[in-house]
Amino acid sequence: MSFEPKIVGLLCNWCSYAGADLAGTSRKKYAPNVRVVRVMCSGRVEPTFVVKALQSGADGVLICGCHPGDCHYIEGNHKAARRIPLLKKMLAQLGIEEERVRLEWVSASEGDRFASIVDEMTEQIRELGPFNPNGGGQDG
Amino acid sequence: MSEVSLTIDDKDIIVQEGMTILEAARSVGIDDIPTLCYHEALAPYGACRLCTVEITSRGKSKLVASCTYPVEEGLEVNTRSDVVIAARKVLIEMLLARTPHAKIIQDLAEEYGLKETRFKVDRPEELCILCGLCARFCEEVIGASAITFAERGIDREITVLPEITAEACIGCGACAKVCPTGLITLEDIYGRKVLHSEAGLGPSTPIYVPFMYAVPAVPVIDHDTCIHFKTGGCKLCERFCEVEAINHEMEDEYEEIEVGSIIVATGFQQFDPSAITQYGYGRYDNVITGLEFERMSNASGATGGNILLADGTEPKSVAILHCIGSRDKNYHEYCSRVCCMYSLKYSHLLGEKIPDVDIYQMYIDLRCFGKGYEEFYNRLQEEGVNFIRGRAGEVTNVAETPEERGKLIVLVEDTLIGRQRRIPVDMVILSVALEPQADAEEIARLVNISRSADGFFLERHPKLEPISTATDGVFVVGCCQGPKDIPDTVAQASAGAARALAMISKGRVEIEAAISVVDEELCSGCKTCIPLCPYSAISFGEEKKVSVINEALCKGCGTCAAACPSGAITSRHFTTEQIMSQIEGVLV
Repeated sequence: MSFEPKIVGLLCNWCSYAGADLAGTSRKKYAPNVRVVRVMCSGRVEPTFVVKALQSGADGVLICGCHPGDCHYIEGNHKAARRIPLLKKMLAQLGIEEERVRLEWVSASEGDRFASIVDEMTEQIRELGPFNPNGGGQDG
Repeated sequence: MSEVSLTIDDKDIIVQEGMTILEAARSVGIDDIPTLCYHEALAPYGACRLCTVEITSRGKSKLVASCTYPVEEGLEVNTRSDVVIAARKVLIEMLLARTPHAKIIQDLAEEYGLKETRFKVDRPEELCILCGLCARFCEEVIGASAITFAERGIDREITVLPEITAEACIGCGACAKVCPTGLITLEDIYGRKVLHSEAGLGPSTPIYVPFMYAVPAVPVIDHDTCIHFKTGGCKLCERFCEVEAINHEMEDEYEEIEVGSIIVATGFQQFDPSAITQYGYGRYDNVITGLEFERMSNASGATGGNILLADGTEPKSVAILHCIGSRDKNYHEYCSRVCCMYSLKYSHLLGEKIPDVDIYQMYIDLRCFGKGYEEFYNRLQEEGVNFIRGRAGEVTNVAETPEERGKLIVLVEDTLIGRQRRIPVDMVILSVALEPQADAEEIARLVNISRSADGFFLERHPKLEPISTATDGVFVVGCCQGPKDIPDTVAQASAGAARALAMISKGRVEIEAAISVVDEELCSGCKTCIPLCPYSAISFGEEKKVSVINEALCKGCGTCAAACPSGAITSRHFTTEQIMSQIEGVLV
């Protein structure tokens, strides 16, 4: 059986969640690997959520927010845009591949974009293989 | 003050003591006493003597100047006796000898049946009758003393001393206004005709009703041009206002008003085309902006609705240049939306006022997007307006051919025929961009709203919330939100009013349920959350040294909860525990 990645999607309520909804209502076919958790704003995403997801068995985490300038809460997505790259830097130091965490901007009208991002990320993670929280090293 | 009773032309009257006979006569409706030197704003002077009347007191009669003679108890005044008429005739003959060409003197002579003067005419071109109105007005009312009498006796004359006048004259034009013979004209004061540049867009007098439909429709005083604020004198309006409505001591006041909602309708400002030097605005007199043309074309405007060049003649050809400062990467990238249509309107107005005028429209695209707009454009094409597709490159007065001499030449690439063209015209109208007000940033900060990249105020959602802002209860309407025409502005303004009313009539404000709350026990008072809040909903409670969230302002985005290092802030309905368990749940 081929490896099916588990990806946790943290989607903002106003743009990306609606975008994902649009992908569904417009019957877009895309990888079923993302499991969505709704947050009000990408600014609500605590870095610990990502860590928690990876700890709990996710192979990747996708965070989606409104395009810069379109945030329902004016600039919550700007906060995400500063937090997530920092987190990725830290994860890299722990030996976790950068591709496992991804921050994207998806507006409510971009169902197609959401679908293609999910497809693309699923493929990337499939190639990376399953994520082992214990690093898979000697002690692993 | 006591009262005095007297008889004027067999009419018994009672007037205030201290009035002059002329004032008393006028107060009872006798206003055919001629005078050239009297002005109700000035002290009596008695220079022209034309107001001579016959008075009889205690059986003796004599002739006096009614403008200086005060009323007396029991005085009998005759303003039209034979003696009076004879005296006036002699006076008019003398004036006729002094200023034979003055219209007002000629009219008087005709009124009194005089054909010519018996006296010698020394200076046939003379116009000054030495009434002194100009000098007295300048000194007594204006307070400038720029004009004065010089010499004595037969050499007496009205004069200006250049070294004094240059500094003292404030160019108010009062002397020209009061001069009875037309000796002093505005042209003398300014040295040239008063046209575009002076008239401008401003009011033509210091006291004016701001605009035709002003509510309340009461006049205001322009602090910058009112003579009182320049010289401390004048206040004529205060003296003559019967209901005593004028008060020069009033000052600007700042009032604090508590309101439930705010509609921001601060509008736009006009792009200053002198920044684009190649169009010559400010260098060439006949390069004007659209608003200046609008002002000129307005019947209540500076030229009374006539379209005039700076030299006072009508233009025979006009070029209208579109997109000045808009759709231009160097200035404003956006389209100003209204210019195409008003430019087309100007073509129509020009054609109506100057039937054989040649009109050139130089455009990038014609955006006739509204109801009936395309039809209007088609109509103008039928009316013979020349449409040239291409943004004008330059306006110059350097002629290359004899036909171009004395004209403004517009250099333009006609992209429909693929050729450079030089188009000589008399007048150039620049359809300038609409841009955000210079103080938009200040206003945005004041009411806590944001601005889009072009500087206009940002609406909450471009399609679904076009007038709301990120701050509840603050609405943006009209051109402060982006360039728009009158119908759009009216629609938006109505929507803004309705939205505000809906909030007010409800009497209460619904707040979000999913807001953030601070656990005071856990909060360490680090203030990390305070600058993060886009709604300024978090403040620092000095008493307990913890952050305090204003529930009415919080929208529940959770940014603060995500950032709180001590986990003291909880985002209701999206608590950390809830999201963590969801993450666990989806991964099962």
